[in-house]
Amino acid sequence: MSLITVTSPHATRPGNRTGIFMRQVVYATLPGVAVMTWLFGWGTLLNLFIAIPVALAAEAAVLKARGRAVRFALADWSAVVTAVLLALSIPPTSPWWLIVIGVLFSIVVAKHLYGGLGMNPFNPAMVGYVVLLISFPLEMTRWIAPHEAPSWFDSVRMLLASANADSFTGATPLDSFRTWAGNAEQLAAEPILHGNFAGVGWEWVNAAFLLGGLYLLARRIISWHIPVAMLAGLIVIALPFWLYDSARYASPLFHVFSGATLFGAFFIATDPVSAATSRYGKLIYAALIGVLVWVIRSYGGYPDAVAFAVLLMNLSAPTIDYYTQPRTYGHHKPKRGVAP
Amino acid sequence: MTDYRKISLDGLWNNNPATVQILGLCPLLAVSGTVVNALGLGLATMAVLAGSNICVSLIRHYVTDAIRLPAFVMIIAALVTVIEMLMQAFTFELYEILGIFIPLIVTNCAVLGRADAFAAKNPPLPALIDGLMMGLGFLIILVILGALREALGLGTLFSNMDLLFGPMASEWQITLIADYRGFLLAVLPPGAFIGLGLIIAGKNIIDKQLKDRAKRLADASPKTSRRVRTTGSVSG
Repeated sequence: MSLITVTSPHATRPGNRTGIFMRQVVYATLPGVAVMTWLFGWGTLLNLFIAIPVALAAEAAVLKARGRAVRFALADWSAVVTAVLLALSIPPTSPWWLIVIGVLFSIVVAKHLYGGLGMNPFNPAMVGYVVLLISFPLEMTRWIAPHEAPSWFDSVRMLLASANADSFTGATPLDSFRTWAGNAEQLAAEPILHGNFAGVGWEWVNAAFLLGGLYLLARRIISWHIPVAMLAGLIVIALPFWLYDSARYASPLFHVFSGATLFGAFFIATDPVSAATSRYGKLIYAALIGVLVWVIRSYGGYPDAVAFAVLLMNLSAPTIDYYTQPRTYGHHKPKRGVAP
Repeated sequence: MTDYRKISLDGLWNNNPATVQILGLCPLLAVSGTVVNALGLGLATMAVLAGSNICVSLIRHYVTDAIRLPAFVMIIAALVTVIEMLMQAFTFELYEILGIFIPLIVTNCAVLGRADAFAAKNPPLPALIDGLMMGLGFLIILVILGALREALGLGTLFSNMDLLFGPMASEWQITLIADYRGFLLAVLPPGAFIGLGLIIAGKNIIDKQLKDRAKRLADASPKTSRRVRTTGSVSG
Protein backbone atom coordinates (compact mmCIF):
# COMPACT_ATOMS: atom_id res chain seq x y z
CA MET A 1 0.00 0.00 0.00
CA SER A 2 1.58 3.20 -1.09
CA LEU A 3 0.70 6.38 0.66
CA ILE A 4 1.92 9.07 -1.67
CA THR A 5 0.71 12.52 -0.79
CA VAL A 6 0.32 14.86 -3.69
CA THR A 7 -0.58 18.45 -3.06
CA SER A 8 -3.04 20.17 -5.34
CA PRO A 9 -3.64 17.31 -7.79
CA HIS A 10 -5.94 19.52 -9.82
CA ALA A 11 -3.11 21.89 -10.59
CA THR A 12 -0.74 19.40 -12.18
CA ARG A 13 -1.77 20.05 -15.77
CA PRO A 14 -1.65 23.72 -16.55
CA GLY A 15 -3.02 25.33 -19.67
CA ASN A 16 -6.24 25.30 -21.62
CA ARG A 17 -7.51 21.72 -21.42
CA THR A 18 -10.85 22.37 -23.09
CA GLY A 19 -9.13 21.84 -26.42
CA ILE A 20 -8.26 18.22 -25.62
CA PHE A 21 -11.94 17.33 -25.21
CA MET A 22 -13.10 19.46 -28.10
CA ARG A 23 -10.56 17.86 -30.44
CA GLN A 24 -11.89 14.41 -29.54
CA VAL A 25 -15.39 15.57 -30.55
CA VAL A 26 -14.05 16.65 -33.93
CA TYR A 27 -12.28 13.30 -34.40
CA ALA A 28 -15.46 11.44 -33.47
CA THR A 29 -17.37 13.08 -36.32
CA LEU A 30 -14.93 11.64 -38.89
CA PRO A 31 -16.86 8.39 -39.58
CA GLY A 32 -19.99 10.45 -40.16
CA VAL A 33 -18.12 12.86 -42.44
CA ALA A 34 -16.76 9.89 -44.41
CA VAL A 35 -20.20 8.31 -44.89
CA MET A 36 -21.80 11.63 -45.83
CA THR A 37 -19.07 12.24 -48.41
CA TRP A 38 -19.64 8.73 -49.80
CA LEU A 39 -23.40 9.26 -50.05
CA PHE A 40 -23.71 12.96 -50.90
CA GLY A 41 -20.41 13.80 -52.60
CA TRP A 42 -17.97 16.61 -52.01
CA GLY A 43 -20.53 19.07 -50.65
CA THR A 44 -20.06 17.97 -47.03
CA LEU A 45 -16.30 18.51 -47.21
CA LEU A 46 -16.78 21.87 -48.94
CA ASN A 47 -19.18 22.94 -46.16
CA LEU A 48 -16.48 22.10 -43.61
CA PHE A 49 -13.85 23.82 -45.74
CA ILE A 50 -15.85 27.09 -45.63
CA ALA A 51 -17.26 26.83 -42.12
CA ILE A 52 -14.08 26.20 -40.11
CA PRO A 53 -12.01 29.19 -41.33
CA VAL A 54 -15.02 31.52 -41.10
CA ALA A 55 -15.70 30.32 -37.54
CA LEU A 56 -12.08 30.83 -36.49
CA ALA A 57 -11.95 34.29 -38.08
CA ALA A 58 -15.25 35.32 -36.46
CA GLU A 59 -14.15 33.96 -33.09
CA ALA A 60 -10.83 35.81 -33.29
CA ALA A 61 -12.53 39.06 -34.32
CA VAL A 62 -15.09 38.92 -31.50
CA LEU A 63 -12.50 37.92 -28.90
CA LYS A 64 -10.36 40.86 -29.96
CA ALA A 65 -13.32 43.23 -29.81
CA ARG A 66 -14.13 41.95 -26.32
CA GLY A 67 -10.52 42.40 -25.20
CA ARG A 68 -9.94 38.69 -24.48
CA ALA A 69 -6.80 36.62 -25.04
CA VAL A 70 -7.34 35.63 -28.67
CA ARG A 71 -4.67 32.96 -29.00
CA PHE A 72 -5.56 31.23 -25.74
CA ALA A 73 -9.29 31.07 -26.48
CA LEU A 74 -8.83 29.97 -30.08
CA ALA A 75 -6.79 27.01 -28.83
CA ASP A 76 -9.84 25.55 -27.09
CA TRP A 77 -11.22 24.34 -30.45
CA SER A 78 -14.76 25.25 -29.44
CA ALA A 79 -15.24 27.39 -32.56
CA VAL A 80 -14.09 24.47 -34.70
CA VAL A 81 -16.56 22.12 -33.03
CA THR A 82 -19.41 24.59 -33.60
CA ALA A 83 -18.38 24.99 -37.25
CA VAL A 84 -18.13 21.23 -37.80
CA LEU A 85 -21.52 20.52 -36.20
CA LEU A 86 -23.19 23.27 -38.23
CA ALA A 87 -21.48 22.26 -41.48
CA LEU A 88 -22.67 18.67 -41.03
CA SER A 89 -26.23 19.83 -40.33
CA ILE A 90 -26.76 21.91 -43.46
CA PRO A 91 -27.29 20.28 -46.85
CA PRO A 92 -24.23 19.51 -49.00
CA THR A 93 -25.72 21.57 -51.82
CA SER A 94 -25.45 24.81 -49.86
CA PRO A 95 -24.13 27.97 -51.47
CA TRP A 96 -21.22 29.62 -49.64
CA TRP A 97 -23.21 32.56 -48.27
CA LEU A 98 -25.60 30.23 -46.48
CA ILE A 99 -22.72 28.65 -44.58
CA VAL A 100 -21.15 32.04 -43.80
CA ILE A 101 -24.40 33.50 -42.42
CA GLY A 102 -25.02 30.40 -40.30
CA VAL A 103 -21.51 30.33 -38.86
CA LEU A 104 -21.48 34.07 -38.13
CA PHE A 105 -24.82 33.78 -36.34
CA SER A 106 -23.61 30.79 -34.33
CA ILE A 107 -20.35 32.34 -33.21
CA VAL A 108 -21.20 36.03 -32.89
CA VAL A 109 -24.83 36.04 -31.74
CA ALA A 110 -25.47 32.66 -30.14
CA LYS A 111 -22.10 32.34 -28.44
CA HIS A 112 -20.36 35.66 -27.83
CA LEU A 113 -23.30 38.02 -27.35
CA TYR A 114 -24.28 35.76 -24.45
CA GLY A 115 -20.78 35.88 -22.96
CA GLY A 116 -18.71 33.35 -24.91
CA LEU A 117 -17.80 29.73 -24.23
CA GLY A 118 -19.49 28.42 -21.10
CA MET A 119 -22.08 31.22 -20.96
CA ASN A 120 -24.30 30.46 -23.96
CA PRO A 121 -27.74 29.16 -22.93
CA PHE A 122 -28.37 27.71 -26.38
CA ASN A 123 -26.32 25.34 -28.48
CA PRO A 124 -24.59 27.73 -30.93
CA ALA A 125 -24.56 25.32 -33.88
CA MET A 126 -28.28 24.67 -33.52
CA VAL A 127 -29.09 28.38 -33.25
CA GLY A 128 -27.21 28.91 -36.52
CA TYR A 129 -29.05 25.97 -38.07
CA VAL A 130 -32.51 27.17 -37.01
CA VAL A 131 -31.80 30.74 -38.18
CA LEU A 132 -30.92 29.34 -41.60
CA LEU A 133 -33.87 26.95 -41.63
CA ILE A 134 -36.48 29.61 -40.92
CA SER A 135 -34.80 32.24 -43.12
CA PHE A 136 -33.90 30.12 -46.15
CA PRO A 137 -36.24 27.11 -46.10
CA LEU A 138 -35.65 26.38 -49.78
CA GLU A 139 -31.86 26.06 -49.56
CA MET A 140 -32.03 24.27 -46.23
CA THR A 141 -34.19 21.41 -47.45
CA ARG A 142 -32.25 20.53 -50.60
CA TRP A 143 -30.63 17.27 -49.61
CA ILE A 144 -29.02 15.13 -52.27
CA ALA A 145 -30.62 11.81 -53.12
CA PRO A 146 -28.32 9.15 -51.62
CA HIS A 147 -25.77 7.54 -53.96
CA GLU A 148 -26.40 10.20 -56.61
CA ALA A 149 -23.56 12.43 -55.57
CA PRO A 150 -22.72 15.27 -57.95
CA SER A 151 -19.21 15.52 -59.37
CA TRP A 152 -16.48 17.66 -57.82
CA PHE A 153 -17.08 20.29 -60.48
CA ASP A 154 -20.84 20.41 -59.85
CA SER A 155 -20.29 20.59 -56.09
CA VAL A 156 -18.01 23.61 -56.43
CA ARG A 157 -20.50 25.28 -58.77
CA MET A 158 -23.29 24.75 -56.23
CA LEU A 159 -21.02 26.19 -53.53
CA LEU A 160 -20.46 29.30 -55.67
CA ALA A 161 -24.24 29.45 -56.19
CA SER A 162 -23.75 29.32 -59.97
CA ALA A 163 -25.44 25.97 -60.51
CA ASN A 164 -28.99 25.02 -59.72
CA ALA A 165 -28.90 22.32 -57.08
CA ASP A 166 -32.40 21.07 -57.83
CA SER A 167 -31.23 18.51 -60.38
CA PHE A 168 -29.34 16.60 -57.69
CA THR A 169 -31.78 16.82 -54.84
CA GLY A 170 -34.33 14.32 -53.66
CA ALA A 171 -36.67 13.83 -50.75
CA THR A 172 -35.08 12.51 -47.58
CA PRO A 173 -36.74 9.54 -45.88
CA LEU A 174 -38.26 11.92 -43.32
CA ASP A 175 -39.67 14.19 -46.05
CA SER A 176 -41.04 11.20 -47.87
CA PHE A 177 -42.70 9.76 -44.79
CA ARG A 178 -44.20 13.14 -43.93
CA THR A 179 -45.65 13.46 -47.42
CA TRP A 180 -47.27 10.04 -47.48
CA ALA A 181 -48.09 9.51 -43.80
CA GLY A 182 -51.44 7.79 -43.55
CA ASN A 183 -51.24 6.31 -47.04
CA ALA A 184 -50.04 2.73 -46.57
CA GLU A 185 -49.77 1.90 -50.29
CA GLN A 186 -47.61 4.92 -51.12
CA LEU A 187 -45.44 4.30 -48.10
CA ALA A 188 -44.81 0.76 -49.29
CA ALA A 189 -44.06 2.01 -52.80
CA GLU A 190 -41.54 4.71 -51.83
CA PRO A 191 -38.10 3.16 -52.42
CA ILE A 192 -36.26 5.66 -50.20
CA LEU A 193 -38.13 4.46 -47.12
CA HIS A 194 -36.91 0.87 -47.45
CA GLY A 195 -33.19 0.46 -46.92
CA ASN A 196 -31.45 -2.37 -45.10
CA PHE A 197 -33.03 -1.49 -41.77
CA ALA A 198 -34.30 2.12 -42.08
CA GLY A 199 -34.53 4.84 -44.79
CA VAL A 200 -32.03 4.46 -47.63
CA GLY A 201 -28.68 6.17 -47.09
CA TRP A 202 -29.56 7.94 -43.88
CA GLU A 203 -29.36 4.67 -41.93
CA TRP A 204 -25.62 4.60 -42.67
CA VAL A 205 -25.12 8.27 -41.82
CA ASN A 206 -26.73 7.67 -38.44
CA ALA A 207 -24.83 4.41 -37.93
CA ALA A 208 -21.57 6.29 -38.55
CA PHE A 209 -22.44 8.94 -36.00
CA LEU A 210 -23.38 6.15 -33.58
CA LEU A 211 -19.87 4.79 -34.06
CA GLY A 212 -18.36 8.21 -33.38
CA GLY A 213 -20.62 8.60 -30.36
CA LEU A 214 -19.51 5.26 -28.94
CA TYR A 215 -15.91 6.46 -29.32
CA LEU A 216 -16.78 9.58 -27.29
CA LEU A 217 -18.39 7.37 -24.64
CA ALA A 218 -15.35 5.09 -24.55
CA ARG A 219 -13.03 8.08 -24.15
CA ARG A 220 -15.38 9.38 -21.43
CA ILE A 221 -15.78 12.72 -23.20
CA ILE A 222 -19.55 12.36 -22.73
CA SER A 223 -21.52 10.35 -20.20
CA TRP A 224 -24.11 7.76 -21.23
CA HIS A 225 -27.06 9.59 -19.67
CA ILE A 226 -27.99 12.00 -22.46
CA PRO A 227 -27.72 9.74 -25.54
CA VAL A 228 -29.41 6.79 -23.83
CA ALA A 229 -32.22 8.87 -22.34
CA MET A 230 -32.86 10.72 -25.60
CA LEU A 231 -33.10 7.49 -27.61
CA ALA A 232 -35.22 5.90 -24.88
CA GLY A 233 -37.59 8.86 -24.86
CA LEU A 234 -37.92 8.71 -28.64
CA ILE A 235 -38.48 4.94 -28.74
CA VAL A 236 -40.89 4.85 -25.80
CA ILE A 237 -43.22 7.36 -27.41
CA ALA A 238 -42.80 6.14 -31.00
CA LEU A 239 -43.44 2.46 -30.25
CA PRO A 240 -47.10 2.52 -29.08
CA PHE A 241 -48.16 4.91 -31.84
CA TRP A 242 -46.43 2.77 -34.46
CA LEU A 243 -48.11 -0.37 -33.09
CA TYR A 244 -51.44 1.44 -33.15
CA ASP A 245 -51.18 2.72 -36.76
CA SER A 246 -48.01 1.92 -38.68
CA ALA A 247 -49.21 3.75 -41.78
CA ARG A 248 -49.45 7.06 -39.98
CA TYR A 249 -46.60 6.82 -37.46
CA ALA A 250 -43.09 5.72 -38.40
CA SER A 251 -41.42 2.85 -36.58
CA PRO A 252 -39.02 3.55 -33.69
CA LEU A 253 -36.16 2.09 -35.73
CA PHE A 254 -36.92 4.49 -38.57
CA HIS A 255 -36.99 7.42 -36.15
CA VAL A 256 -33.67 6.45 -34.58
CA PHE A 257 -31.86 5.98 -37.89
CA SER A 258 -33.40 8.93 -39.77
CA GLY A 259 -32.52 12.57 -39.97
CA ALA A 260 -30.23 13.82 -37.26
CA THR A 261 -31.31 11.52 -34.42
CA LEU A 262 -28.04 9.82 -33.55
CA PHE A 263 -25.97 12.85 -34.53
CA GLY A 264 -28.14 14.86 -32.16
CA ALA A 265 -28.08 12.27 -29.38
CA PHE A 266 -24.30 12.03 -29.20
CA PHE A 267 -23.01 15.35 -30.56
CA ILE A 268 -25.69 18.04 -30.13
CA ALA A 269 -27.70 17.28 -27.00
CA THR A 270 -24.51 16.43 -25.08
CA ASP A 271 -23.08 19.96 -25.35
CA PRO A 272 -21.88 20.42 -21.75
CA VAL A 273 -22.65 24.13 -21.71
CA SER A 274 -26.27 24.18 -22.79
CA ALA A 275 -27.40 20.77 -21.43
CA ALA A 276 -28.60 19.99 -17.92
CA THR A 277 -25.72 19.11 -15.61
CA SER A 278 -26.83 16.75 -12.83
CA ARG A 279 -27.29 13.07 -13.60
CA TYR A 280 -31.04 13.00 -13.03
CA GLY A 281 -31.28 16.33 -14.78
CA LYS A 282 -29.53 14.94 -17.85
CA LEU A 283 -31.93 11.99 -17.96
CA ILE A 284 -35.00 14.24 -17.81
CA TYR A 285 -33.53 16.76 -20.24
CA ALA A 286 -32.60 14.18 -22.84
CA ALA A 287 -35.73 12.04 -22.51
CA LEU A 288 -37.85 15.12 -23.18
CA ILE A 289 -35.69 15.91 -26.24
CA GLY A 290 -36.51 12.43 -27.52
CA VAL A 291 -40.23 12.95 -26.93
CA LEU A 292 -40.15 16.39 -28.55
CA VAL A 293 -38.30 15.03 -31.59
CA TRP A 294 -41.11 12.54 -32.14
CA VAL A 295 -43.85 15.12 -31.54
CA ILE A 296 -42.35 17.73 -33.89
CA ARG A 297 -41.56 15.14 -36.55
CA SER A 298 -45.07 13.71 -36.41
CA TYR A 299 -47.04 16.96 -36.21
CA GLY A 300 -44.65 19.81 -37.09
CA GLY A 301 -44.04 21.54 -40.39
CA TYR A 302 -40.27 21.24 -40.72
CA PRO A 303 -38.27 18.33 -42.13
CA ASP A 304 -36.40 17.44 -38.95
CA ALA A 305 -36.98 18.15 -35.30
CA VAL A 306 -33.71 17.59 -33.48
CA ALA A 307 -32.60 21.24 -33.62
CA PHE A 308 -35.93 22.58 -32.34
CA ALA A 309 -36.18 19.90 -29.65
CA VAL A 310 -32.65 20.61 -28.42
CA LEU A 311 -33.20 24.39 -28.34
CA LEU A 312 -36.49 24.01 -26.45
CA MET A 313 -34.84 21.80 -23.87
CA ASN A 314 -31.80 24.13 -23.66
CA LEU A 315 -34.35 26.68 -22.56
CA SER A 316 -35.60 24.30 -19.85
CA ALA A 317 -32.16 23.12 -18.68
CA PRO A 318 -31.72 25.75 -15.91
CA THR A 319 -35.13 24.84 -14.43
CA ILE A 320 -34.33 21.12 -14.64
CA ASP A 321 -31.00 21.76 -12.92
CA TYR A 322 -32.71 23.76 -10.22
CA TYR A 323 -35.06 20.92 -9.29
CA THR A 324 -32.54 18.08 -9.64
CA GLN A 325 -29.66 19.62 -7.75
CA PRO A 326 -27.92 16.73 -5.95
CA ARG A 327 -27.23 16.77 -2.23
CA THR A 328 -23.81 18.16 -1.44
CA TYR A 329 -21.72 16.50 1.28
CA GLY A 330 -22.59 17.81 4.70
CA HIS A 331 -25.87 19.40 3.63
CA HIS A 332 -29.48 18.30 3.46
CA LYS A 333 -30.99 17.72 0.10
CA PRO A 334 -32.39 21.07 -1.04
CA LYS A 335 -36.17 21.25 -0.94
CA ARG A 336 -37.29 22.68 -4.22
CA GLY A 337 -40.83 23.51 -5.21
CA VAL A 338 -42.15 22.45 -1.78
CA ALA A 339 -43.96 24.88 0.46
CA PRO A 340 -41.94 25.39 3.67
CA MET B 1 -39.21 78.26 -15.32
CA THR B 2 -39.56 75.10 -17.29
CA ASP B 3 -36.57 73.76 -19.15
CA TYR B 4 -37.94 72.82 -22.55
CA ARG B 5 -34.52 71.80 -23.77
CA LYS B 6 -34.24 69.19 -21.02
CA ILE B 7 -37.77 67.89 -21.71
CA SER B 8 -36.94 67.51 -25.40
CA LEU B 9 -33.61 65.83 -24.80
CA ASP B 10 -35.21 63.45 -22.31
CA GLY B 11 -37.87 62.40 -24.80
CA LEU B 12 -35.55 62.04 -27.74
CA TRP B 13 -32.49 60.55 -26.08
CA ASN B 14 -31.87 60.37 -22.33
CA ASN B 15 -35.23 58.87 -21.39
CA ASN B 16 -36.36 57.58 -24.77
CA PRO B 17 -39.46 55.38 -24.32
CA ALA B 18 -38.17 52.67 -26.66
CA THR B 19 -34.46 52.44 -25.88
CA VAL B 20 -34.28 53.53 -22.23
CA GLN B 21 -37.68 52.94 -20.66
CA ILE B 22 -38.25 49.93 -22.95
CA LEU B 23 -41.99 50.69 -22.93
CA GLY B 24 -44.52 49.94 -25.62
CA LEU B 25 -42.60 46.92 -26.86
CA CYS B 26 -45.69 45.17 -28.20
CA PRO B 27 -46.41 47.60 -31.05
CA LEU B 28 -42.72 48.43 -31.40
CA LEU B 29 -41.86 44.82 -32.17
CA ALA B 30 -45.03 43.74 -33.92
CA VAL B 31 -45.48 46.39 -36.61
CA SER B 32 -41.90 47.44 -37.34
CA GLY B 33 -41.62 45.15 -40.37
CA THR B 34 -41.54 48.00 -42.89
CA VAL B 35 -40.96 51.74 -42.76
CA VAL B 36 -44.54 52.59 -43.69
CA ASN B 37 -46.04 50.44 -40.92
CA ALA B 38 -43.59 51.88 -38.42
CA LEU B 39 -44.26 55.44 -39.50
CA GLY B 40 -48.04 54.96 -39.46
CA LEU B 41 -48.13 53.55 -35.95
CA GLY B 42 -45.44 55.97 -34.73
CA LEU B 43 -47.43 59.00 -35.88
CA ALA B 44 -50.61 57.64 -34.32
CA THR B 45 -48.85 57.01 -31.02
CA MET B 46 -47.27 60.46 -31.09
CA ALA B 47 -50.63 62.13 -31.66
CA VAL B 48 -52.20 60.18 -28.80
CA LEU B 49 -49.30 60.99 -26.49
CA ALA B 50 -49.44 64.72 -27.20
CA GLY B 51 -53.24 64.84 -26.92
CA SER B 52 -53.46 62.79 -23.74
CA ASN B 53 -50.70 64.81 -22.08
CA ILE B 54 -52.55 68.07 -22.73
CA CYS B 55 -55.90 66.71 -21.53
CA VAL B 56 -54.44 65.12 -18.42
CA SER B 57 -52.54 68.29 -17.62
CA LEU B 58 -55.70 70.40 -17.97
CA ILE B 59 -57.72 68.26 -15.57
CA ARG B 60 -54.88 67.55 -13.15
CA HIS B 61 -56.33 69.73 -10.37
CA TYR B 62 -59.82 68.23 -10.57
CA VAL B 63 -59.09 64.48 -10.52
CA THR B 64 -58.30 62.93 -7.16
CA ASP B 65 -55.42 60.53 -6.79
CA ALA B 66 -57.65 57.55 -6.10
CA ILE B 67 -59.38 57.60 -9.47
CA ARG B 68 -56.66 59.20 -11.60
CA LEU B 69 -55.62 56.07 -13.49
CA PRO B 70 -59.11 55.12 -14.74
CA ALA B 71 -59.67 58.76 -15.70
CA PHE B 72 -56.40 58.88 -17.67
CA VAL B 73 -57.17 55.60 -19.42
CA MET B 74 -60.59 56.92 -20.44
CA ILE B 75 -58.99 60.00 -21.97
CA ILE B 76 -56.38 57.92 -23.79
CA ALA B 77 -59.01 55.48 -25.04
CA ALA B 78 -61.14 58.33 -26.38
CA LEU B 79 -58.17 59.80 -28.23
CA VAL B 80 -57.17 56.41 -29.65
CA THR B 81 -60.72 55.91 -30.90
CA VAL B 82 -60.53 59.26 -32.68
CA ILE B 83 -57.17 58.37 -34.25
CA GLU B 84 -58.45 54.96 -35.26
CA MET B 85 -61.48 56.47 -36.99
CA LEU B 86 -59.30 59.06 -38.72
CA MET B 87 -57.01 56.33 -40.01
CA GLN B 88 -59.97 54.28 -41.11
CA ALA B 89 -61.25 57.30 -43.04
CA PHE B 90 -58.05 58.53 -44.66
CA THR B 91 -55.54 55.66 -44.77
CA PHE B 92 -57.81 52.67 -44.96
CA GLU B 93 -55.28 50.14 -46.30
CA LEU B 94 -52.73 51.02 -43.63
CA TYR B 95 -55.53 50.78 -41.08
CA GLU B 96 -56.22 47.26 -42.29
CA ILE B 97 -52.53 46.30 -42.13
CA LEU B 98 -51.95 47.69 -38.64
CA GLY B 99 -55.21 46.11 -37.49
CA ILE B 100 -55.41 45.42 -33.76
CA PHE B 101 -52.27 47.43 -33.01
CA ILE B 102 -54.07 50.77 -33.42
CA PRO B 103 -56.63 50.12 -30.64
CA LEU B 104 -53.78 48.60 -28.64
CA ILE B 105 -52.16 52.05 -28.38
CA VAL B 106 -54.48 52.44 -25.37
CA THR B 107 -52.42 49.84 -23.56
CA ASN B 108 -49.07 51.31 -24.61
CA CYS B 109 -47.41 51.84 -21.24
CA ALA B 110 -45.47 54.79 -22.59
CA VAL B 111 -48.72 56.78 -23.00
CA LEU B 112 -50.13 56.10 -19.53
CA GLY B 113 -46.62 56.38 -18.09
CA ARG B 114 -46.14 59.95 -19.38
CA ALA B 115 -49.66 60.93 -18.34
CA ASP B 116 -49.09 59.81 -14.78
CA ALA B 117 -45.41 60.69 -14.41
CA PHE B 118 -45.30 64.04 -16.18
CA ALA B 119 -48.60 65.50 -17.39
CA ALA B 120 -50.38 65.03 -14.06
CA LYS B 121 -47.76 67.24 -12.36
CA ASN B 122 -47.06 69.90 -14.98
CA PRO B 123 -48.88 72.74 -16.82
CA PRO B 124 -50.30 72.10 -20.32
CA LEU B 125 -47.46 73.56 -22.42
CA PRO B 126 -44.61 71.53 -20.92
CA ALA B 127 -46.91 68.50 -20.98
CA LEU B 128 -47.54 69.04 -24.69
CA ILE B 129 -43.81 69.36 -25.40
CA ASP B 130 -43.13 66.25 -23.35
CA GLY B 131 -45.80 64.28 -25.19
CA LEU B 132 -44.54 65.42 -28.59
CA MET B 133 -40.91 64.68 -27.80
CA MET B 134 -41.58 61.30 -26.18
CA GLY B 135 -43.75 60.44 -29.17
CA LEU B 136 -41.06 61.62 -31.56
CA GLY B 137 -38.43 59.56 -29.72
CA PHE B 138 -40.68 56.51 -29.99
CA LEU B 139 -41.40 57.27 -33.65
CA ILE B 140 -37.71 57.62 -34.53
CA ILE B 141 -36.76 54.29 -32.98
CA LEU B 142 -39.78 52.64 -34.61
CA VAL B 143 -38.80 53.98 -38.03
CA ILE B 144 -35.13 53.03 -37.62
CA LEU B 145 -36.17 49.51 -36.65
CA GLY B 146 -38.63 49.39 -39.55
CA ALA B 147 -35.94 50.54 -42.00
CA LEU B 148 -33.46 48.01 -40.62
CA ARG B 149 -35.90 45.14 -40.91
CA GLU B 150 -37.23 46.18 -44.30
CA ALA B 151 -33.72 46.61 -45.75
CA LEU B 152 -32.47 43.30 -44.37
CA GLY B 153 -35.63 41.32 -44.85
CA LEU B 154 -36.94 42.56 -48.17
CA GLY B 155 -34.05 44.53 -49.68
CA THR B 156 -36.15 47.68 -50.11
CA LEU B 157 -36.81 50.95 -48.29
CA PHE B 158 -39.95 53.10 -48.20
CA SER B 159 -42.06 50.57 -50.10
CA ASN B 160 -45.84 51.13 -50.16
CA MET B 161 -45.50 54.66 -48.83
CA ASP B 162 -48.60 55.55 -50.84
CA LEU B 163 -50.63 53.87 -48.10
CA LEU B 164 -49.81 56.83 -45.88
CA PHE B 165 -49.04 59.73 -48.21
CA GLY B 166 -51.30 59.17 -51.18
CA PRO B 167 -50.59 58.00 -54.74
CA MET B 168 -47.64 60.34 -55.38
CA ALA B 169 -45.62 58.51 -52.72
CA SER B 170 -45.74 55.21 -54.56
CA GLU B 171 -42.52 56.13 -56.38
CA TRP B 172 -40.55 56.65 -53.21
CA GLN B 173 -39.54 53.01 -52.98
CA ILE B 174 -35.80 52.47 -53.04
CA THR B 175 -34.64 49.02 -54.06
CA LEU B 176 -31.38 48.50 -52.25
CA ILE B 177 -30.54 45.14 -53.70
CA ALA B 178 -32.20 44.17 -56.96
CA ASP B 179 -33.43 40.58 -57.14
CA TYR B 180 -32.94 40.13 -53.38
CA ARG B 181 -33.77 36.69 -52.04
CA GLY B 182 -34.99 38.04 -48.72
CA PHE B 183 -33.75 37.27 -45.23
CA LEU B 184 -36.88 35.96 -43.58
CA LEU B 185 -35.51 36.16 -40.05
CA ALA B 186 -35.48 39.97 -40.16
CA VAL B 187 -39.18 40.08 -41.09
CA LEU B 188 -40.20 37.48 -38.50
CA PRO B 189 -40.59 38.40 -34.79
CA PRO B 190 -37.02 37.34 -33.79
CA GLY B 191 -35.68 39.96 -36.20
CA ALA B 192 -37.52 42.67 -34.24
CA PHE B 193 -36.03 41.56 -30.94
CA ILE B 194 -32.51 41.28 -32.36
CA GLY B 195 -32.86 44.62 -34.17
CA LEU B 196 -34.08 46.45 -31.05
CA GLY B 197 -31.26 44.86 -29.06
CA LEU B 198 -28.72 46.18 -31.56
CA ILE B 199 -30.27 49.68 -31.49
CA ILE B 200 -30.13 49.78 -27.67
CA ALA B 201 -26.54 48.52 -27.77
CA GLY B 202 -25.68 51.25 -30.28
CA LYS B 203 -27.22 53.91 -28.03
CA ASN B 204 -25.26 52.63 -25.04
CA ILE B 205 -22.01 52.75 -27.02
CA ILE B 206 -22.66 56.37 -28.03
CA ASP B 207 -23.56 57.27 -24.43
CA LYS B 208 -20.35 55.70 -23.17
CA GLN B 209 -18.24 57.55 -25.72
CA LEU B 210 -19.91 60.86 -24.86
CA LYS B 211 -19.27 60.24 -21.18
CA ASP B 212 -15.63 59.31 -21.84
CA ARG B 213 -15.12 62.42 -23.93
CA ALA B 214 -16.69 64.67 -21.29
CA LYS B 215 -14.43 63.07 -18.70
CA ARG B 216 -11.34 63.56 -20.87
CA LEU B 217 -12.22 67.20 -21.48
CA ALA B 218 -12.73 67.74 -17.77
CA ASP B 219 -9.38 66.13 -17.02
CA ALA B 220 -7.56 67.96 -19.77
CA SER B 221 -8.52 71.47 -18.70
CA PRO B 222 -6.22 72.63 -15.89
CA LYS B 223 -8.03 73.53 -12.71
CA THR B 224 -5.25 75.52 -11.15
CA SER B 225 -2.33 77.38 -12.64
CA ARG B 226 0.46 75.08 -13.69
CA ARG B 227 3.89 75.53 -15.12
CA VAL B 228 3.48 76.12 -18.85
CA ARG B 229 5.21 73.52 -20.97
CA THR B 230 6.97 75.22 -23.84
CA THR B 231 8.16 72.30 -25.98
CA GLY B 232 6.77 68.93 -26.96
CA SER B 233 9.42 66.95 -25.17
CA VAL B 234 11.81 67.67 -22.38
CA SER B 235 15.36 66.48 -23.05
CA GLY B 236 18.10 66.40 -20.48
